[in-house]
Amino acid sequence: MSGAAGKAASPTRPRAVGLWGQAWQRLGRRPAALIALGLLSLIALLALLVPLLSSFDFATPDWDALFQPPSSTHWFGTDALGRDLLVRVMWGCRISLLVGLAASLISVLIGVLWGATAGYAGGTTDSLLMRTVDVLYTVPFIPLVIVLTVLFGRSFVLVFVAIGAVSWLDIARIVRGQTLSLKNREFIEAARALGLGNATMIRRHLLPNLLGIVIIYATLTVPAVIVFEAFLSFLGLGVHAPLASLGTLVADGAHHLKSHPYLLTIPALFLTLIIVCFGYLGDGLRDALDPHEAR
Amino acid sequence: MNEPLLSVRGLRISYRGDTRPLHVVDGVDLELAAGDFLGIVGESGSGKTQLLLALLGLNAGARLEGSIRYRGEELLGAPEGIWRRLRGAKIGMIFQDPMTALNPYLTIGTQLTEGARRHLGLSRAAARQRALEMLDAVHITEPRRRLDQHPHELSGGMRQRIVIAMAMICEPDIILADEPTTALDVTVQAQILTLLHELRARTRVAVVLVSHDLGVIAEVADRVAVMYAGRIVEQADAPTLFSAARHPYTEGLRRSIVPLEGPLPARLPTIGGLPPNVAALPPGCAFAPRCGYAWERCDTVAPPLALVSAPGAALAGQHRTEQHRKACYYEGPLERLP
Repeated sequence: MSGAAGKAASPTRPRAVGLWGQAWQRLGRRPAALIALGLLSLIALLALLVPLLSSFDFATPDWDALFQPPSSTHWFGTDALGRDLLVRVMWGCRISLLVGLAASLISVLIGVLWGATAGYAGGTTDSLLMRTVDVLYTVPFIPLVIVLTVLFGRSFVLVFVAIGAVSWLDIARIVRGQTLSLKNREFIEAARALGLGNATMIRRHLLPNLLGIVIIYATLTVPAVIVFEAFLSFLGLGVHAPLASLGTLVADGAHHLKSHPYLLTIPALFLTLIIVCFGYLGDGLRDALDPHEAR
Repeated sequence: MNEPLLSVRGLRISYRGDTRPLHVVDGVDLELAAGDFLGIVGESGSGKTQLLLALLGLNAGARLEGSIRYRGEELLGAPEGIWRRLRGAKIGMIFQDPMTALNPYLTIGTQLTEGARRHLGLSRAAARQRALEMLDAVHITEPRRRLDQHPHELSGGMRQRIVIAMAMICEPDIILADEPTTALDVTVQAQILTLLHELRARTRVAVVLVSHDLGVIAEVADRVAVMYAGRIVEQADAPTLFSAARHPYTEGLRRSIVPLEGPLPARLPTIGGLPPNVAALPPGCAFAPRCGYAWERCDTVAPPLALVSAPGAALAGQHRTEQHRKACYYEGPLERLP
């Protein structure tokens, strides 16, 4: 009997703690990951509520309040057009988080489907799918995005479609590798010896075993995507003005670095905070979701 | 005697090699009736696992020739759908390592009931009930609690019992056990073997037990086939095989067992030479290069598996499958080590 599991189940609830329950418990023992999760939730909540509750909006200029330093009316100050920075930063967080999550979701969906098919089918299918990935890897991304922007115009959707469409390559490779090693595990053969069909096999035995690594990888993809979006926005390829992501805010702030440093530091702080938090969360999840950690 | 449940004729399993095909199993005949307990012994690479997988149609990428009949129905070349209806339902498999044969992400209950729901068409509740009965049959304590546990919460012996329960839940006619005790402690080994024996007695299931451990086979099997380099080299009922082995390889294996009683030999006898390389088998008897009794003939033509004619041979009226057969030209006594 594994001691940890036995102790974890409270006497009043003799039902065994599930694997996810245990993962949750292990995550709970990692303060860094928990704090990261808490901070992210807080930022997400603020990003959602502040623009709703504030009397300012992100777009309307106020010509009487240009470059106001942080004060009791404008907590984060105002920018070159007199727009409230707090509201703009929270909008930035909204957009950055949204882009991060949506693009990651896209890349996870494509990547898992692609990689699992390649790994499970093997043979020619595998070579074909993975060589496609290799070829796509060689496509220089920045020129591609520039071309896309020129063709379709700057659009919010385009940003995360573009990012998602590229970052699935890594996930596809990881999932394929994982599927290959799973395919040769005895329990897959045992399931086959039970007479299960391919569909049942993938659904019941393959996907649950992939889930852990996919979740971990997704939490690590989100910050990468956010940075990427910030980078694109910094180059002016991201979201439309007056809408702002953290990347455009940092870019704008950089112009006034000497005279009004808060315009750069505040959005940069939020950007850093989000990225660091996702990093710690991903780290914690990696430890928590590894079934071999189960003691 | 019953008509055979399963009959294998001239089975050959080959994989594509660098220069020519590798025959990992070459010309094996087997017959299995209800309630049989057949042991297959052989060292690593002798083709015993491949043989078992062939009985489930699970050798990936191999070429199979010969015939495998289940209740008279030819299975070699049968469509995948036929195999799927047999796997788990009529032929169950117990894997070597219970640590890896269970899916770490699913509860014991889910994995146990999977086969029953699929093959017997039971409802969730009925399958659960059936799983409880099976856990009871394999002597697992607190079965109700176990159903909701995950594999990592159980000990190795318990997991192997679960794996056995999984194989037995659809009441198959045949259980294939691939080294089911190799990954377990000696004391647990004995329990698992006893359990297999008990299940066989109760359900009349035919068991094929594969092992490299002659001691394990001696303990439980009624009939034994010894495999070497993809062929059966000697076949007899267990007592005959252990008291009057007629193939030098079998005799060598038998003498390499550490005696449990009496003084230990200063040096444990071993079979000299290296295990055969399937990619480079000699034209004659595969064991000849390691055999102390070999002469020229052994190096040119492989000996067929033939009835033993000398002392210890078949008694009149014995069933064909219980007859003592060996694939060796040497007829003299086996005194020296091979």
